[in-house]
Amino acid sequence: MPQTLYDKLWNAHKVHEEPDGTALVYIDRHLVHEVTSPQAFEGLEINGRTPWRLKSIVATADHNVPTTSRREGIADPVSRLQVETLDKNIAKFGVADYYGMNDARQGIVHVIGPEQGATLPGMTVVCGDSHTSTHGAFAALAFGIGTSEVEHVMATQCLNAKKMKSMLIRIEGRTGKGVTAKDIVLAVIGRIGTAGGTGYAIEFAGSAIRALSMEGRMTVCNMAIEAGARSGLVAVDEKTIDYVKGRPFAPKGADFDRAAAYWRTLVSDAGATFDRVVDIDAATLEPQVTWGTSPEMVTGIHGTVPRPEQEQDPVKRAAIERALEYMGLNAGMKVADIRIDKVFIGSCTNSRIEDLRAAAGVLKGRRLADNVKLALVVPGSGLVKRQAEAEGLDKVFVAAGFEWREPGCSMCLGMNDDRLSPGERCASTSNRNFEGRQGAGGRTHLVSPEMAAAAAIAGRFADVRDVL
Amino acid sequence: MDAFRQHTGLVAPLDRANVDTDAIIPKQFLKSIKRSGFGPNLFDEWRYLDQGEPGMDNSRRPLNPNFVLNQERYRGASILLARKNFGCGSSREHAPWALQQFGFKAIIAPSFADIFFNNCYKNGLLPIALGEMEVDHLFNVTAANPGFQLHVDLERQVVDIPGGESYRFDIEGFRKQCLVNGWDEIGLTLRHVDKIRAYEAARAAKEPWLF
Repeated sequence: MPQTLYDKLWNAHKVHEEPDGTALVYIDRHLVHEVTSPQAFEGLEINGRTPWRLKSIVATADHNVPTTSRREGIADPVSRLQVETLDKNIAKFGVADYYGMNDARQGIVHVIGPEQGATLPGMTVVCGDSHTSTHGAFAALAFGIGTSEVEHVMATQCLNAKKMKSMLIRIEGRTGKGVTAKDIVLAVIGRIGTAGGTGYAIEFAGSAIRALSMEGRMTVCNMAIEAGARSGLVAVDEKTIDYVKGRPFAPKGADFDRAAAYWRTLVSDAGATFDRVVDIDAATLEPQVTWGTSPEMVTGIHGTVPRPEQEQDPVKRAAIERALEYMGLNAGMKVADIRIDKVFIGSCTNSRIEDLRAAAGVLKGRRLADNVKLALVVPGSGLVKRQAEAEGLDKVFVAAGFEWREPGCSMCLGMNDDRLSPGERCASTSNRNFEGRQGAGGRTHLVSPEMAAAAAIAGRFADVRDVL
Repeated sequence: MDAFRQHTGLVAPLDRANVDTDAIIPKQFLKSIKRSGFGPNLFDEWRYLDQGEPGMDNSRRPLNPNFVLNQERYRGASILLARKNFGCGSSREHAPWALQQFGFKAIIAPSFADIFFNNCYKNGLLPIALGEMEVDHLFNVTAANPGFQLHVDLERQVVDIPGGESYRFDIEGFRKQCLVNGWDEIGLTLRHVDKIRAYEAARAAKEPWLF
């Protein structure tokens, strides 16, 4: 019987099955960061357990780290204790692959996993972080877990899980100029809703997905969780294999060839059936901007903010009214008339080298608008930062009026000092526009790196295609 | 983990859809390295009028009188009634910890986000998915009847409404067993040590580069 990619990954990792179909699933790669691991390490210790397979763990400090100079360490004592606790746990339990705050390879866990080749096709990848879906771009079954499951994986190398339903999102055709992976995934979320993928593993397919680079595919899978799906997937092709080759954790020599032969089978078979199929025409997409407090509250750059009275469903109408009030927007206004205060280019969604190149391409020879108080670029990792500097991108950003920072999660969620003040409005390349996400009272609009750069120059949302 | 079999408690209604885990427990409280102490900061941005930070004396902070959990009639609530896609967003288990440490034992909603749903079970907090019409009805009767209580019976898989009606809910057999017995899931998994070892050996033969 023809199998989906998800079927293949699921079947390859099943260790045991309970009568109700709950399976014990083997975990190949466990990514660890400082926020969701301390209680898990403590749980191991209290119960006298040790990690089952230390080599499966790759760890870094990303959420709490400052993006300004790190010479003085972390000023906030609560953040500092959390990072130091990870340092101690890593040393105590003997994890070898740790990219601590001052390591040249440190960065956002979902950026450094693929960068180091620690994410490989066919793996199961987990992390105490919902954006673990990112790694599905490599045809790895990757999903976010809570701290109890972090402890469970450490203790047993397995997790209990039920098989999810499968959804195929097929995006055919060519995207226009200035329409990026971010716009594709925001449009998908706008179409199926923030709970549209709940209970599903989503496979993204079609010519528009195949045309994306691996980094673009990571952006798409990263936001599968914003459509409710714990896992996003893209089938293996030669781009996948070329990307992985030569990276530190990737197999070498004959092993690589053997691995690649297996990886090429990680595609959905012709005739495989999905529980739901969604078709999207890439040619119809325009650059997207979110206007509300949920990623599904999104429209094209030439769209308008909705009028609540036009919504029939009372729960949805109330949500629109509340979002407009929180966001300080008027019903029916043009998205292109929304003025911004800050710009954030970064996060596990959009902080890789291609994102920085794209934003710098828009900014070259231009300056921030006067009403933009602060614009940050936060590279996804130390290696991304170094590469960008080698290409002179840092100089383009700085000349445009941006601050060039050290890698980390930064203003995506503001656990460090990078955050919005109440009422401030931000064009952000991150993944969540929830109330308070970037700082209490802060107002977030999600966009692509190109669109963030265009907004930085215009001081309001603008169609990047007019600038390119 | 504490076992969950039955519970009767006061119901508090949170009438909005897509309540995310950033709202349930804001990021600044995730810096804690402990598993306890999150209850006072549940729904922090909605519950208080000032901006909350770790280490504040929460008993002295100004409460938002319009927030439902601050209303006298819902004081001591242990069952939260919510709308669709409750718990969406980040995987932070601090969200179920905060709900439980505030005093909730069960959450009733038309649907839950997957990771949050899963995290609840690991802590003996019961997420109950009912039909949209049923949840709507519960919102109405909760509003109309001060002191409205529900009885949740996990063994029978029903929510009993005082005066007659019962709503049945689904739960996976394995999860129910773990919850009813208060089993330690890691301990259960470790019964399969031999199977895990055998699986690893087979994978190592096929994909040696992983091990």
